Amino acid sequence: MSLRRVVVTGLGAITPLGNTAPAYWEGLQAGVSGAAPITRFDASKFKTRFACEVKNYNPDTYFPTKEGRKMDIFTQFALIAADEAIKDANLEGVDKDRVGVIWGSGIGGLTSLQAECIAFANGDGTPRFNPFFIPKMIADSASGNISIRHKFRGPNFVTTSACASSSDSIISAFNYIRLNMADVVVTGGSEAAITESGVGGFNALKAMSERNDAPELASRPYDKERDGFVLGEGAASLILEEYEHAKARGAKIYAELIGGGMSADAYHITAPDPEGNGVVLVMQNALRDAGISPADVDYINTHGTSTPLGDGAEVKAIQKVFGEHAYNLNISSTKSMTGHLLGGAGAIEAVACILAMQHNVVPPTINHFTDDPELDPKLNFTFNKAQAREVNVAMSNTFGFGGHNTSVIFRKIES
Amino acid sequence: MSEIAEKVKAIIIDKLGVEASEVTPEASFTNDLGADSLDTVELIMEFEKEFNVSIPDDQAENIGTVGQAISYLEEHAK
Repeated sequence: MSLRRVVVTGLGAITPLGNTAPAYWEGLQAGVSGAAPITRFDASKFKTRFACEVKNYNPDTYFPTKEGRKMDIFTQFALIAADEAIKDANLEGVDKDRVGVIWGSGIGGLTSLQAECIAFANGDGTPRFNPFFIPKMIADSASGNISIRHKFRGPNFVTTSACASSSDSIISAFNYIRLNMADVVVTGGSEAAITESGVGGFNALKAMSERNDAPELASRPYDKERDGFVLGEGAASLILEEYEHAKARGAKIYAELIGGGMSADAYHITAPDPEGNGVVLVMQNALRDAGISPADVDYINTHGTSTPLGDGAEVKAIQKVFGEHAYNLNISSTKSMTGHLLGGAGAIEAVACILAMQHNVVPPTINHFTDDPELDPKLNFTFNKAQAREVNVAMSNTFGFGGHNTSVIFRKIES
Repeated sequence: MSEIAEKVKAIIIDKLGVEASEVTPEASFTNDLGADSLDTVELIMEFEKEFNVSIPDDQAENIGTVGQAISYLEEHAK
């Protein structure tokens, strides 16, 4: 059986840089930071008191109050991004039995879980859990709600692999379409973990930047003074569609999804393998699946979270896989601007890759001040300013706690 | 209208997102006010919390309209 081709026909996003996909791209190519002091709760006693929040967010703008209250904020973000992508792809008239929803979230409804547990702990022991608590909290409520809203009756589930979650959802969607189990899949990912338990938990892992005096300068992948990631929130959605199906209905085609790779570090639950062996493997797997050679790749949107260990391991792996061609690549970590969206990272970075191809502009790695002597200075990290470049093939890497590695490759479609 | 009736109406307006004019004594939560089974459970829980009562499941089943909620709570509220 030959595999079917899969293209991208719609995009949507709600991010710390902007609340639509075009606004997100404006922020990316301008090199803007989304970091600022935390407004969602009183963080004055926390080691980290800033994050990349979605700005000016009011659920009432998007949902009737009664409807919004039944969804955790990570599901609200999912619906907003998916609505934009579905509208962009103009899916009116497609057979809804053949449209799936495969979403990614690393955590699910942490805000709801925390609120219900606090309310119980503050009570007299009488269990007064809200009937909407469980449906709000479970991670699959994102894909469930998207399907209910749009009546999409195809395959429906959520992938969870920490910060790799929404690259895994994209690869799953890709496979289901390739295997003829759906013609269209609404995919993507969302996360909303800027809560006391989210920030406190990541602080305890010593994973987050504590540069409270200059939040906008804190996310600095590949800089010698990097001190951890900056927590972000939001969502992005991609409409994946079988190529002939898209052509037949005259859909706008952004790019082709040509390959997906997955691997595991099998090393440590939170620390990356310093040799980057799992990361070498995942990029090799993705290149093989895509049927291209390393020299075909123009741009890598790295995982690059701004942690001391992770950034170096990924760069080492890129050099192993790409050899001399590594010097011809544009490499950038857009987490320098968006912060780290955890389970939403793969989706917003896939959207960044596709828009980079559309505009032939590589978004930068901002906040570069001091070279890290451990990193090869001949590599082009696209520091501080976007660079014009014909981008035909773009790769997006994402890795998650647990040692999950994923890599996806998009290519411009010949017109 | 009693204080209890006022509070019951306010809870229903807030939880079900309906207009005050719709919340008549005869209005059924499910047939008239758009509630599904989970909304109804949430309403009963809010009544329990607000009026510091515990409504057994077999009695909660008989509270289907605004008027039934008000009379039950006027009788049982502490």
